[in-house]
Amino acid sequence: MFKEKGPDVTFSQPVEEADGLKTQEMIINMGPQHPSTHGVLRVELTLDGEIVTRAVPHIGYLHRCFEKHCEAMNEYPKVIPYVDRMDYVAAMNNEHGFAIAMEQLMEIELNDRVEHIRVIMAELQRIASHLLAVGTFGLDIGAFTPFLYCFSEREKILDIFEKASGARLLYNYIWIGGLMNDVPDDFKTDVSSFVKTFRPKIKELNDLLSNNKIFLVRTANVGVLPEKVAINYGISGPSLRGSGVKWDLRRDDPYSIYDRFEFDVVVGKGEVGTLGDCWDRYIVRVREMEESLKIIEQALESMPDEGDVHESIPKKIRPPAGEIYSRTETPRGELGYYVISDKSTSPYRVKARAPSFVNLSVLPAISVGAMIADMVAIIGSIDIVLGEVDR
Amino acid sequence: MKTLNDIFDQITEAFGEEDFELSEQDAGDSWITVMPHRIHEVAKYLRDEQGLRFDSLMCLSGVHYSKEEMLGVTYHLYSTEFRHRLTLKVIMPQDDARLPSVEQIWKTADWHEREAYDMLGIVFEGHPDMRRILCPDDWEGHPLRKDYKEQEQYQNMKVPY
Repeated sequence: MFKEKGPDVTFSQPVEEADGLKTQEMIINMGPQHPSTHGVLRVELTLDGEIVTRAVPHIGYLHRCFEKHCEAMNEYPKVIPYVDRMDYVAAMNNEHGFAIAMEQLMEIELNDRVEHIRVIMAELQRIASHLLAVGTFGLDIGAFTPFLYCFSEREKILDIFEKASGARLLYNYIWIGGLMNDVPDDFKTDVSSFVKTFRPKIKELNDLLSNNKIFLVRTANVGVLPEKVAINYGISGPSLRGSGVKWDLRRDDPYSIYDRFEFDVVVGKGEVGTLGDCWDRYIVRVREMEESLKIIEQALESMPDEGDVHESIPKKIRPPAGEIYSRTETPRGELGYYVISDKSTSPYRVKARAPSFVNLSVLPAISVGAMIADMVAIIGSIDIVLGEVDR
Repeated sequence: MKTLNDIFDQITEAFGEEDFELSEQDAGDSWITVMPHRIHEVAKYLRDEQGLRFDSLMCLSGVHYSKEEMLGVTYHLYSTEFRHRLTLKVIMPQDDARLPSVEQIWKTADWHEREAYDMLGIVFEGHPDMRRILCPDDWEGHPLRKDYKEQEQYQNMKVPY
């Protein structure tokens, strides 16, 4: 399956066949404006008829100099709104990761209430992000209705976020050393009523989409990502677990208070086709939503009612000279922040290891030999957010 | 699980002492500095050696140390088998920033090295596809250098705003 790619684009010469007709490979651009690329991604496809012989992703259309902006900020807290805008459908998880990196560097301890609120927010955001991923994945393949079901559920989560932070997408809610403000009084009832109503909806989604005959034919045995290739490319998150690798940072390299909760790491099993195909990556996301619900329920149970969310926020954030690499599990995989501090109030260098950036790099390796229509399924199943790929 | 000191001892035992340096820090991560010409063999050793097995390159970042007029590459490695991590650094002068690629060892490095080239102008020798990744192919300069000045015009468009 894997084909080495070369630096230069070579156009193939027309081949003359017996009856005097000529065939030639065709190069076609998928994107940058294409509904199935989930943003502005251009994939340069070399086609032999309808079979993809080579796929080269071209990225950078959404490059907003995130890292340069971080260096230009005069205070660390000003970086957090930029972090929101990387993976704009999972902003809570991005903030959480950056806050954890800074807290490790500055050795800040948090109280239990802050940690619990953060975990609940991060898991709600994971569900919202997975709902968007599976909804639009179905949409790419032609199933329109499940998309609407997913979005109406996602809306409820965004309402909870709006009540707490005032924003629906880009929150600036998790701060270095604490939270912007405490959650509203009815937060617990809101979240638990969401958990209660959402559980049956997952079954509905399975009936509607996961076991749908057309959906199965379009996704089973398509875009197979073998375990070895996935690990070598550094794939992470549901895309890695879809290949059967039991690897989740929340369990394997625990951060925050994830080691206190019981949950399963969902992996693909090749139930309907080959292990590591598009359906496996899809179903991992669906089942992970149930695991997130489990974590939320436990966190609601053990969340203390007392605790000041501003308690540990430093007056002036001036970390000691040094550097840190810290990583967390976002809905798309391993999000790492490499922060270098030169003892001033602004970062010397911030590098974000964005999971979508790394996950997308495997596309040339798994799309060779696929039909052109399958490219849509493969890109959808990797679940990229171009804001994070291009930063 | 091995500590940084264990790993440093093991590396210097295998490769000699002169090309390596251990930097222990009070805050945050400590690291090992490697001379640029050794990085490929050291990386291969770290991935394959029994008891080390750094099978995952978590992150590869380019850094500009403008005060020293140096460019650096930082490798963050992790072993999923033994669950230990390691920070490796390569530092080289900014007017001759080239070092061997580790793309053949960890495929993750493919796009990360292209990004470091694009943003900082570090050339990775032996990389199969060393071209810009985020900026357009005909962009001038390397934006993440501290002394970067954006070009006045790009394809008849005004650049500074």
